[in-house]
Amino acid sequence: MQSYDFKPKSKVGEFIGEKVISISAMSALVVILLIFVFIFKESIPIFTDPEIQEEASVGKMVFKQEYYEGREAKWSWQPNSDVPKYSLLPLFLGTLKAALVAMLFAVPLGVGAAIYTSEFASRRMREIIKPVIELLAGIPSVVLGFFALIVLATSVQNLLGLTFRLNALTAGIALGLAVVPIIFTVSEDALSTVPLSLRDAASALGANPWQVSLSMALPAALPGIAAGIVLGFGRAIGETMIVLMASGNAAVISGSITDSIRTFSATIAAELAEVVFGSAHYNVLFFIGSLLFVFTFLVNLGGDVILSRLKTRLQGRLE
Amino acid sequence: MKMVDRTEARQYDYFIQPPGFIARHAGDFSKGLTALAVLIIAGMLFIILSNIFYNGVGTISVDFLTRPPENGMEGGGIFPAIFGTVALVILMVIAVVPIGVLTAIYLQEYTSPNSKVTRLIRIAIANLAGVPSIVFGLFGLGFFIGFIGSSMDSIFFDSARPVWGQPAIIWAALTLALLTLPVVIISTEEALRTIPVELKEASYSLGATKLQTIVRVILPQALPGILTGGILAVSRGAGEVAPIMFTGAAYYLPYLPSKLNDQFMELGYHIYVMATQSPDVEATKPILYGTVLVLLILTFMLNITAILIRSKMRRARSYG
Amino acid sequence: MDNELAKVEEDVITDTMQNPDTEKVDFKMTVRDLSFFYGSNQVLFNVNMDIRENHVTALIGPSGCGKSTFIRTLNRMNDTIPGTRMDGKVILDSKDIYEIKEVSTLRRRVGMVFQKSNPFPKSIFNNVAYGLRVNGVRDKSIIAEAVEDALKNAFLWEEVKDKLEDSAYMLSGGQQQRLCIARALAVRPEVILMDEPASALDPISTTKIEELIRELKKQFTIVIVTHNMHQAARISDHTAFFYQGVLVEFGKTDKIFTKPDKKETEDYVTGRFG
Repeated sequence: MQSYDFKPKSKVGEFIGEKVISISAMSALVVILLIFVFIFKESIPIFTDPEIQEEASVGKMVFKQEYYEGREAKWSWQPNSDVPKYSLLPLFLGTLKAALVAMLFAVPLGVGAAIYTSEFASRRMREIIKPVIELLAGIPSVVLGFFALIVLATSVQNLLGLTFRLNALTAGIALGLAVVPIIFTVSEDALSTVPLSLRDAASALGANPWQVSLSMALPAALPGIAAGIVLGFGRAIGETMIVLMASGNAAVISGSITDSIRTFSATIAAELAEVVFGSAHYNVLFFIGSLLFVFTFLVNLGGDVILSRLKTRLQGRLE
Repeated sequence: MKMVDRTEARQYDYFIQPPGFIARHAGDFSKGLTALAVLIIAGMLFIILSNIFYNGVGTISVDFLTRPPENGMEGGGIFPAIFGTVALVILMVIAVVPIGVLTAIYLQEYTSPNSKVTRLIRIAIANLAGVPSIVFGLFGLGFFIGFIGSSMDSIFFDSARPVWGQPAIIWAALTLALLTLPVVIISTEEALRTIPVELKEASYSLGATKLQTIVRVILPQALPGILTGGILAVSRGAGEVAPIMFTGAAYYLPYLPSKLNDQFMELGYHIYVMATQSPDVEATKPILYGTVLVLLILTFMLNITAILIRSKMRRARSYG
Repeated sequence: MDNELAKVEEDVITDTMQNPDTEKVDFKMTVRDLSFFYGSNQVLFNVNMDIRENHVTALIGPSGCGKSTFIRTLNRMNDTIPGTRMDGKVILDSKDIYEIKEVSTLRRRVGMVFQKSNPFPKSIFNNVAYGLRVNGVRDKSIIAEAVEDALKNAFLWEEVKDKLEDSAYMLSGGQQQRLCIARALAVRPEVILMDEPASALDPISTTKIEELIRELKKQFTIVIVTHNMHQAARISDHTAFFYQGVLVEFGKTDKIFTKPDKKETEDYVTGRFG
């Protein structure tokens, strides 16, 4: 029986290969940690440096400040005036306003489209709708911001007779469009993974197709839809270019959605270029960045937890 | 057991009442309402795309794509922005694809799905995917430029002028690579999952090691997914502006980037600055629309290619 | 050149044999007190078996009795499944298979053919050549010769010799399975494990494979799992009857099928259950 010269395997090669792979895999973890460390690092002086705290301490960012003697205490964001003002409240409200307007548009559209696609559409329809949504998802946010700035703002202003051309409503609509794909994808996924056995059980009890959809599948998929909404909200809070270009960038506190606003992300984008390295303004901008990071971190964690609980619940029942 | 008289039974047969108006039409109503949602989305998409196409197509010409800007962005072309974008994403892809693919391989082939390490890495990936793009910009500024770049300067150079500790195409590319890492990982994982375990077992049973199996059987099979991930990453990277605003993009440069520490012009950044900071918006509108159209066509072609590859891959899986 | 070949082959064998001179190797493989667990679930209970060289040993039993799990312990394929545990010993030519430094060496010596044929998405030629290449054979002429030999040994050469570059998926089910056998043969194993190799095939292909096994046992040691008792009776020399993870009876095939010792065995082979 002829034998061939089989060579023994290179143990060194195998070892190096495995090490390279496992080190690369740690990259995602390392990056998240690095991001947190480096962004938070630049905001630490707010907590530790008394000189910085003269200008911008946590208290100064949260509470009303009496900036000028004798005048009423206000919340105000004006880092570049003679008396620098660092209240986060106007920015916080602005971010919230834009996000809420966006969700107001995106949730009915996204969830509705998901229900249609998963429950009522034919297979061919489904294969058209899904790529359309993916195409929408593929539009860069700077293009959406551009559209909102140049076209949408004028139309909305003319339609509703608004004073400010760039405001929370306009930015919110464009923001909503950017968020629809996330809500759609996650919701449609949740609806389509409702096990066939559950649907069949409902049908067997006499429910007609739309009853199965609305009274059986929809409630079963609700956690998934909720997760999609949560993730969409996270995206709406953190989105930068659309609000930067279309919201007016005015840090005002008002209840109306037709007023200009300024969001956290837009503030960073607009002011980071001019800021002096190491100044209080610089630290505050990084602090805002940390807030955004922590918030989206929590939002994503929440969304994932809901999704994985949903999966185990539905799959547990299947067994 | 008493048999129920037919006529008597009918009186109590509340199951067989004809459904009321609402019950009859609720299904159609829901269908109509949700279909409306789809139509609105599709409609808005159509409006945006047609507006951009209509207003921008007139500007597109060979000149536009190959000449630099003139007259303060009121004339000429956007070639440097196209060049900068291409250079940027090439650097980004070189950085992100190897790490993303290796991470996906690690998760699929070297760990069990329930281990602590796997779950930790997956949480990190999910969170990375959700980090706002401006935060990536901050990170690029604080870490790559402020830490790595500055350190490189103090170690290798001692002139007062920063060499690496300043906005540069390499830092912008690396920042984008971090941002698109989840895209590559997820796409590669999707491809790896479709590889039947029988193929791997066949390889092991012939005496191949895990690494050999990965290189000879698994990676070739996963190639479409890796390609999809790379294309999607490029599409995403070409469109993101916030991460590159402070890490290397510039509005007007008289030169093309030729060294890793050069700044660069870029399509998305160009659109942003032109739209918000032009002294005469009306005069620059044609160029603006043209640039937007170019970026849109670029992103769409990339996305469509990726979608096609992915659907071919999914169909091939069920056949092969 | 021959000396080098012989030396390298000897190195490989010495790695897997304890005392080539002093121990009389009667049995190619020996299994001692083997128990196997999926997590906390025990599926094999204290199995003891001796497998003779150049003989065909068949494993029979109803589904779920553990015979597939058992055969996979012989080449440590269960190691690729997380959460499994094995107690006891499996010995190949006097050496414990868990003491072999590189499990890939073991798997080269103990080859496997699976129930559902699993050719690689490569050409017919490259499928058979795969094992050679991963084990370090580079010389193109040696590979070509080895591929031809393997395909001939698997009774497939005549059917594919003109289309070696075609994709393996172009072959019929029976041909694909014989391709997988050729692929396993190419690396010159000493033992061939077959997990229901013909169960997914039509009767004609099955006959071809049974014929093949009868030829192969002249050069190799074969262990075959089958749910087809008639097949076991036709081609094997020894038969092991498994039931619910226990090796109920093991002996010469004639005896097992005509005058078994245990009642359960008799019930099974006469078709009273299973």
